[in-house]
Amino acid sequence: MADKTQLARQFIEAIPHSRALGMELTEIGEGRAVIVMPYDKKLIGDPDTGVIHGGAVSALMDTCCGAAVMSHPSAPSSTATIDLRIDYMRGATPGQTITTTATCHHVTRNVAFVRAVATDEQSETPVATASGAFTVEMKS
Amino acid sequence: MSRPRPEPVQVIKQRRDAALAALVESVPYIGFLGITFERRGDELTSTMHFHNNLIGNPMLPAIHGGATAAFLEVTSVITLQWFHLWPQFESGDLDVETMAAGQMPRLPKTIDFTVDYLRSGLPRDSYARATVNRSGRRYASVHVAAWQDHKDKLFAQATGHFLMPQERPSEG
Repeated sequence: MADKTQLARQFIEAIPHSRALGMELTEIGEGRAVIVMPYDKKLIGDPDTGVIHGGAVSALMDTCCGAAVMSHPSAPSSTATIDLRIDYMRGATPGQTITTTATCHHVTRNVAFVRAVATDEQSETPVATASGAFTVEMKS
Repeated sequence: MSRPRPEPVQVIKQRRDAALAALVESVPYIGFLGITFERRGDELTSTMHFHNNLIGNPMLPAIHGGATAAFLEVTSVITLQWFHLWPQFESGDLDVETMAAGQMPRLPKTIDFTVDYLRSGLPRDSYARATVNRSGRRYASVHVAAWQDHKDKLFAQATGHFLMPQERPSEG
C-alpha cells in the first residue's frame, strides 16, 4: 500500500499544471484523495482582496477528483473529466493554504461519480464544493 | 436637429482597447495562464496560448481539465464585466485612465460554474467566446464555448452564475 501511495504521489506531482500551481498530494487510497495548494500571489483573481481565482480552485478540485477515481478499489487504468460543477461558498482567505478532499462514491463500468470539498485554515465552512462525473478506463 | 459629430476612430479604439487592457491586466491569474483577449467592436475572443505548464496528462499529452475550467471561467468573468462596464466607459462616467492606473471597479463573483468536457484539449492554442444570457442587477448567467482547430468542434463548454458587484448603500 505504501508503494501505491508513493506512486500516486509521484504521478500527481508529475502533472505539469498541478506542479505549476504548487499542489501536493497528502493522502490517497480507497477512492479518497487529499491535495493541498499553498497560497501564491500569481494565483490571485481579485486584485482588491488578494483572493485566489476560482479557476485555480477548479484546477485543484479537478486534480483531486481525478486522483480519487484513480485510487478507487476497482483500479481504473486511466480517467478523464466528463463534467465538473463547482459551487463557490466564499472567497478563500488570502495567505492561507487550500485543502481539498475528494471522494469517489460510486463507480460503474464506464463512469465514476465524485464529490469534493475545499477548505482553508479559517473555518469549517467550505470555500467551495464540487460534484463531477469521470470516465473509467479499465486495463484490457 | 443636429447630432454631435462622431468621435474620430482612433479615439474610440484607444478608449476601448485601453479599457480592455486595464481589465485583463488587473488579474494576476490571467497572466499566469497566458490568456489574452481580442476585440471586434464589443465582441471578445480569448486565447489561451499553449505552454507546458498547462499539461494535465503528459502521456497523451492533453491540457489539464483545471486549466480548461480556469480558461472558461476567466473568459466568462471578463466578458461579463466588459459588457457591464461598456456603457460606463463609453459615456465617460468611468475614466479609462483611472482604470489603467489600477482603480478598477469590483469584479463579479462566481456563484457556481459547470464545465462540460467534450474532447481532450490538445497541446496547442485554445480559443473561447462567452455569451451573457442574462445580466440583472444582482445575478448573471453566462455560457462559454471553447475550441481549438475547428470553431464548430468545441472541446469544452460551461455555464456559470455570477453575483454582480453591489453598489455600497452610501453610494445610493
